[in-house]
Amino acid sequence: MSNPNVEINIGSMSMKNPVTVASGTFGYGPEYAELVDIGKLGAITVKGISPEEHIGNATPRTYETSNGMLNAIGLPGPGAKGFIEKYIPFLKNYDTPVIVNIWGKTHEDYGRVVELLDDEDNIHAYEINLSCPNIKEGGSAFGTDISTFSKVIKLVRSKTKKPIIPKLAPNVSDIGSFAKAAEDAGSDALAIMNSYPAMAINIKTKLPTLANISGGLSGPAIKPIAVKLVWDAYKSTSLPIIGMGGIFNTNDAIEFFLAGASAIAIGTANFIDPSTAEKVINGINHYLIKNGYTCINELIGQAQT
Amino acid sequence: MIQEEAIIIKHENFQGDYRILHMNAPKIGPLVTPGQFIHLKVPKLNDRILRRPFSVYKADNNTVTLLYKPVGRGTESMITLNKNDVVDIIGPLGNGYPEAQPDTLPVLVAGGYGNAALYLKAKELKNKGVAFFGGQTAEDILCVKEFEELGWDVRCTTNDGSLGAKGLVTDAIKPWIKEQNISSLEFFVCGPGPMLHAIGNLATENNFTAWLSLDENMVCGVGACLTCVIKIKEADGWKWARCCKDGPIFESREVLWNE
Repeated sequence: MSNPNVEINIGSMSMKNPVTVASGTFGYGPEYAELVDIGKLGAITVKGISPEEHIGNATPRTYETSNGMLNAIGLPGPGAKGFIEKYIPFLKNYDTPVIVNIWGKTHEDYGRVVELLDDEDNIHAYEINLSCPNIKEGGSAFGTDISTFSKVIKLVRSKTKKPIIPKLAPNVSDIGSFAKAAEDAGSDALAIMNSYPAMAINIKTKLPTLANISGGLSGPAIKPIAVKLVWDAYKSTSLPIIGMGGIFNTNDAIEFFLAGASAIAIGTANFIDPSTAEKVINGINHYLIKNGYTCINELIGQAQT
Repeated sequence: MIQEEAIIIKHENFQGDYRILHMNAPKIGPLVTPGQFIHLKVPKLNDRILRRPFSVYKADNNTVTLLYKPVGRGTESMITLNKNDVVDIIGPLGNGYPEAQPDTLPVLVAGGYGNAALYLKAKELKNKGVAFFGGQTAEDILCVKEFEELGWDVRCTTNDGSLGAKGLVTDAIKPWIKEQNISSLEFFVCGPGPMLHAIGNLATENNFTAWLSLDENMVCGVGACLTCVIKIKEADGWKWARCCKDGPIFESREVLWNE
């Protein structure tokens, strides 16, 4: 029996399989290159890039919780120019499309970062971070107000012909309306979801466990939230969805496809088992063969209700 | 760096609450250099999911050995590990201690089981100098015999005076430095944060180099997540450095301590 077709297209970007890594959990690539064959990934999504270099939050930046972790790293990064100089030569070594997660402190920053990056052929798509829970300016504020959300996407759309993928905030009352607004603003796909705003307090010191006070919850704890958001968004839009949130194995990934995701991203699991993405790529193949599917598309949105 | 399924050869009490874990790890073992660490996925950790970093105590072509104390959920869960159990480890990680400078007398300083990170360095250094071990009580002074057998002059201090001089390890080192006629000492240090800071200051005041093994909470262990960052001095201020990737060994003069 021939291998099933697992190729997925997001606008002009073709992924050889539907598995990428979630921004912020895989650095810019070199960090994991000794442990993971980046060439096997459907796409690599790098850590958030803003127009200028950014220093991020004070420490402590993470805290382990039940079945997950909180993070408030605060998007430290080398800026657009630093990213191109430091990491593009490395990423060129692989036949794997590069999705750059972009963010800004202001509306204009989102346009500017794309202007600075867009001439680089080795950037294949932008994931627009409209939902970072850890940035005081911008971040989540852009992702929970539908008019600013649309405005940022339209600005990014006006600056590039490459595929654009807004990353949606989970803490909204109606994800469907954001999905629809993203589609109307010219998006090519949706990334669902970002980490969930959350907090933990040390009861001895009475201090929050993170310097930023609160952060984003990720890991298996949030998976059912993400599955529902993908399901709700799938019913509201025809855009492909990259599903993410607590995917640790093949079964988790299949659940997201059934809910309506066309592709998935491995996030927190990279920290625990860097080989998760490769295992899930192989596992999806086996699942499709075992269940008689010839194409991944036959699985998408097939949850029975 | 390699991800390997290591098989436990032996897991037993070492001294007091301290435990020693011997693993068969033929891929990682031969690559370890002194001061490096491994990132271990603790089995049976229930709802806690992250790996735990451990300094490598001993390593050779086939094995990796850890010396640890159960102090939290991760290390307490490790007590149940038995011979032939498999543990997923990533390593070797971090920069490790650098080569010793020529014409200096090496001085090892360990607080508690900090000497687990120093044993391989103690073995590697050709010039064996003085090793200062400090702990709360006699129970916290480990591996004296092992270091003496390598040729080190081991001096112990305990907070309660139950072994060696009473006091902090820095109290023993200060007068010792004054007695030395040697123009240059080089410190290799591992222990709790306040001890690293004190030894670092002492070395800097006397214009000596001190290599400190810093211990910060880690998530990925490979430099990707930026959890374990510390402040490093720069000409015009400071920048973040990743304890897991740029460290864990830093020269005392480059560290900007949180006051």
